[in-house]
Amino acid sequence: MKPLLPFILVGILLGYSGCTKKSSEDQKPEVLKVGLVFDVGGRGDKSFNDAAFRGLVRANKELSVEYEYIEPGSGVDREAALRQMASRDNISLIFGIGFIFTDDITNIAKEFPAKKFACIDYTYDSLKQLPSNLVALEFKEEEGSYLVGVLAALLTKTNTVGFIGGMESPLIKKFERGYFSGAKSVNPKCDILVGYAGITGDAFKNPGKGKELALGQISHGADIIYHASGVTGLGVIEAAREQQKLVIGVDSDQYHEAPGYILTSMTKVVDIAIFETIRATIGGTFIGGHARIFDLKSKGVDYVYDDNNKNLIPEHIHQQVEQIRNKIISGEITVSSQ
Amino acid sequence: MLALLLSFIIGGVFILLIGKDPFVVYAMFFSQTMGSWYGIGQVLFKATPLIFTGLSAAISFRAGLFNIGAEGQLIIGSFLVAMVGCTFSSLPSFLLIPCALLAGALGGALWGAIPGFLKAKFGAHEVINTIMMNFVAAGVISYLVTNVYSVPATVHTPQITASAELLRLDVFASAFHGSPVNVSLFIALAACGGVYYLLWRTRFGYELRAIGLNPIAAEYGGISIARRTVLTLALAGALAGLVGGNFVLGYKHYYELGFSEGIGFIGIAVALLARNHPIGIVLASIFFGILEYGSLTINTMVPKELSNILQAIVILFMITLTKFLSRWTTHLQECIVQDSNV
Repeated sequence: MKPLLPFILVGILLGYSGCTKKSSEDQKPEVLKVGLVFDVGGRGDKSFNDAAFRGLVRANKELSVEYEYIEPGSGVDREAALRQMASRDNISLIFGIGFIFTDDITNIAKEFPAKKFACIDYTYDSLKQLPSNLVALEFKEEEGSYLVGVLAALLTKTNTVGFIGGMESPLIKKFERGYFSGAKSVNPKCDILVGYAGITGDAFKNPGKGKELALGQISHGADIIYHASGVTGLGVIEAAREQQKLVIGVDSDQYHEAPGYILTSMTKVVDIAIFETIRATIGGTFIGGHARIFDLKSKGVDYVYDDNNKNLIPEHIHQQVEQIRNKIISGEITVSSQ
Repeated sequence: MLALLLSFIIGGVFILLIGKDPFVVYAMFFSQTMGSWYGIGQVLFKATPLIFTGLSAAISFRAGLFNIGAEGQLIIGSFLVAMVGCTFSSLPSFLLIPCALLAGALGGALWGAIPGFLKAKFGAHEVINTIMMNFVAAGVISYLVTNVYSVPATVHTPQITASAELLRLDVFASAFHGSPVNVSLFIALAACGGVYYLLWRTRFGYELRAIGLNPIAAEYGGISIARRTVLTLALAGALAGLVGGNFVLGYKHYYELGFSEGIGFIGIAVALLARNHPIGIVLASIFFGILEYGSLTINTMVPKELSNILQAIVILFMITLTKFLSRWTTHLQECIVQDSNV
């Protein structure tokens, strides 16, 4: 291994040049700089991670903050990536995207008390105290899923609807439970077929499996399928298009993936959560140490109803769903996440 | 060195193509990996498991076997390490840590011995079978972790008890503070010594190398190839199984699904680059550690895909060009010898 020595020498040389450059950067930047670490899936899922990135880009445009992001390759890199962001002098707010960051971001937040942290889908344990510089951004997925469940159960012609999840995990179970209770509440005789693509993170990026599951459900009579499965859902949408059935999208508005076949999408405003957290940090109103809940009331979760899908949802049914929305907001209906 | 330079130039062209300054990116790459003790700690942490998987690949290469199964062996091994670490909480450290590591090694050994046995008994090719064993390991362990042993809402097993934890090096040298490099680095180095001793100082090692060089001659010389095959792959598996010490006992203190991400496969490249020599493996592992951690540090400037491309180019160049150069130099030597003969 003779190449190593010169390699190190070059490294030291460049290291010095790197250091000198850094000191000029240190001169108190005026603008806020945000660091963001993506989930293992990374950008390009047209759903969860991309929604996070949208929030970041919007903050960049409207609040003129600067940003940097990392897409860690494996689980080992998550903590290193967070630490790398936290130890940079000019980055003051760091996001972790996804429930899988829960442990790592808690530890790093404790270690860097001067920096602010936020974690999407943090697995909140009310028994443990959150560090005061960490805010958990939680979504009431079950409430939005409840509404699309109502919608699906009212519109199905076969009395059979489907649900396809990505990784079988407590987070995705929340989607399933909400959808199930919503559908049963208006149409107790409705059959709900449930399928999961797998039990690891890879289940969120397997469109082939998604298509297979969807075709299976369609052959059992399902005519509307709700997916909560990231990239896997693109396969579900593909199957629906082939078989002329309807899909309910997730996280972002997925209408454009298959116009005419997307009944609606259960949106989860990851982008707004990120944008608002950045705005609060700039305004000095960032409050850590607690979980911030994005629910139906605050429009943190919602379903899409606009010019694109109006013709798929009759007016009287839309009204009925809106009434149920109001009942959830007023507390008349409580949606369990278990 | 030439190989390295060439690959960095090609990488630089790629960086230019996406509109970034290659010098800035490379400066970041080197200053973050070798410019601070924290960076060095990270590199050593990344190198530790590669030493194990590199040794695992090398020892089988020496015996003329291709062990593609280090990935599966380390998954089984690491899972068992975590299980022992959280189950036998009453044992003191000096018993619990060796027990956990032993469990990991045995698990890996079993996973390696199965394809070894299939090869010895039925002649089934170990390349296919070790790959298949990878799938089996991944499936079994992800089922167990998700459905049986996981902490709710996570994809990892419960924490191991404090007495099973391996010390981090920042306890001794505060300069390493924050980096996860831990005592298992020394276990890896000891394993290198062990493998060296085994291969060149014992009868078993001699027989193993003899089989690798010429199996027919070895068998003619009275060596039982079947037994050595099983034993070699078991040993390779045991080495891979020890990876768990680094991640489970030394860093996260639990087994998490998907933590390895190809450490087993990179081990093959490490062994090739090091020409299956233990000392070379340490250096090659550090080299790969620099590449891996370095590509994480430059991820803020260039997309992940590009740093993957950079890594692959460097590996490609290093392996082909070193081969090419060594052939060229031997050719040159031969010419000189011929000339002097004339």
